Amino acid sequence: MGYLELREIKKSFGGVLALDGLNLDLAAGELVSLLGPSGCGKTTALRIVAGFEAADQGRVVVDGKDITGVPANRRDMGMVFQAYSLFPNMTALGNIQFGLRLRDVPTSSRKQRAAELLELVGLVAHSAKYPHQLSGGQQQRVALARALAIQPKILLLDEPLSALDAKVRVTLRDEIRRIQSELGITTLFVTHDQEEALALSDRVGVMSEGRVEQLDTPARVYREPATPFVAQFVGVTNALAGVADGDAVLVDGHRLPASGAAGHPRGAAIRLIVRPEEIRLRPDDGSIPGALPGMILTQSFLGPVMRLTLRLESQDGQLLRVDVPSREAEQHAPGSRVAVELAARSPIVVPA
Amino acid sequence: MTAPAPDTLASTAAPGRRGAPAAPRRRRPGAARWLVLLAFGVFFLLPLFAMLEFSTRQAGGRSFAAWRAIVQDPDLVSAITISLELAALTVVGMLLLVVPVATWVHLRLPHLRRPIEFICLLPLTIPAIVLVVGIAPIYAWVTYLLGDSPLTLAFVYVILVLPYAYRAIDNGLGAIDLRTLAEAARSLGAAWPTVLARVVVPNIRGALVSASFLSVALVLGEFTLASLLNFNNLQVTINLLGKRDAPVSVAVSLAALLLAFVLLLMLSYVGRRRGSSGVTEEG
Repeated sequence: MGYLELREIKKSFGGVLALDGLNLDLAAGELVSLLGPSGCGKTTALRIVAGFEAADQGRVVVDGKDITGVPANRRDMGMVFQAYSLFPNMTALGNIQFGLRLRDVPTSSRKQRAAELLELVGLVAHSAKYPHQLSGGQQQRVALARALAIQPKILLLDEPLSALDAKVRVTLRDEIRRIQSELGITTLFVTHDQEEALALSDRVGVMSEGRVEQLDTPARVYREPATPFVAQFVGVTNALAGVADGDAVLVDGHRLPASGAAGHPRGAAIRLIVRPEEIRLRPDDGSIPGALPGMILTQSFLGPVMRLTLRLESQDGQLLRVDVPSREAEQHAPGSRVAVELAARSPIVVPA
Repeated sequence: MTAPAPDTLASTAAPGRRGAPAAPRRRRPGAARWLVLLAFGVFFLLPLFAMLEFSTRQAGGRSFAAWRAIVQDPDLVSAITISLELAALTVVGMLLLVVPVATWVHLRLPHLRRPIEFICLLPLTIPAIVLVVGIAPIYAWVTYLLGDSPLTLAFVYVILVLPYAYRAIDNGLGAIDLRTLAEAARSLGAAWPTVLARVVVPNIRGALVSASFLSVALVLGEFTLASLLNFNNLQVTINLLGKRDAPVSVAVSLAALLLAFVLLLMLSYVGRRRGSSGVTEEG
């Protein structure tokens, strides 16, 4: 039994199903991300937990208490929004104190708590500034401090980093994780950015069409996707069509070892999911058994790695994306022929 | 047509240089502008000046007796008081009615925005006499229940100011991220009245001031409804006064006009201050 439980939540908007029997459990102190494409229902789920939307069906339970019918202002949930949500008429300090004032916290305790939180988010020098005098990153820090000020049961983060530029996003992401760990607050984080979800979370729930397809640690979601959707949504992937053959897959007559194929009947059409970093390239001299011949088309410099796009001679000329260390990129100039080998110990196999 | 050589471009870009071709002469709109301004100034100010001249006219000189009479005539003082009280009541009634309705429409019933706006615009399109014919039977009940105080006119004035007030407040609400602010306040524990009082109202203060000033200006200048419903407000009293003491009547009219101008100037100042604030996004 989790600290936050969502049980069989259903919600539709004008006949369009947003959540289709969603189940989710968060342990106390855990940070779980809901990751998925636009329209998968992740924000709706968060809004139902916050009390801003009412579920058509199902229950929301916090610490053993059913809060499904409790209005948003009595749920004790701290929330940071995607849009800048600071009250423009109040200073950073005023914003942080807002929730405490509503709870009639004595002035001295209120000031002390606000000062602690400003310290925590590193904005002591900006306490007297109004939102329009703060940068986007600073505004979101104040919003986080404001949400934490009321000592909420659960912290809800609705894509709070998406309006920020890349550098600030990474810094603030790390800060959110640090603060969450320090305070040990149960946190539900919604994002469409997989890097963010994988870097920040104890567990990631990958959502599609109103359901959680897989809820697992970031490493397992990446390495052992439970469904074809998760395999293709998380990370960059290449999908090769083949046929199951015991503990291997036959791809255009080449037998590629893949222990995951053992679970499929021999001869069944399957797809082999291979990540760019799990492919090894060698010069194509026709001597490497089980290697697929191909030709390099383009190179994209990504810092530590170079991403190559190559066209396979088999598989109807399918394009593959392959990452090689940048320093080795000169061996793979566009136009050169290569032999493609799978370096994955156990590539992901999903039904076709 | 050939493109100018780069050095030609450079020389035109440096107007102070010797031998450089003269920059194309910009048309000076000064004269025409001043002419238009002067014409309109005369058109608007001449009647006001005439009113001032008439209200201070005296054989062999000038006298401000008519202006002094404004505060000495008990009927006039009472009418001014009533009109100011009516303005205050109308503003309060309008704010209490429009702010929660417009906020709720923005937050929960956005599909009703156009119908509500249409309803609020109706008093502009319905002639006052038609409005009175419709409202007179209701006022018979209002008088029966609340007495015949002219302050009961505030009910109909709240309706009369709706076109201006609703639009101003609606624009104010549209200029802020109302949904996010309201949800942020709700998540922090604010009940709906608190959201209205501590988040919505302070952040649309400019719009509320605009709506209030427009309402005050309208109420101070309203004659038709009060006259047809047999109540004495400032304009009705000025009209009656005009029949027995024209200079005082003109002096009061001019004073009321000047008050309206001052209100409108304040309104434009508030609007400008509102427009000058912005959020920096420097990251």
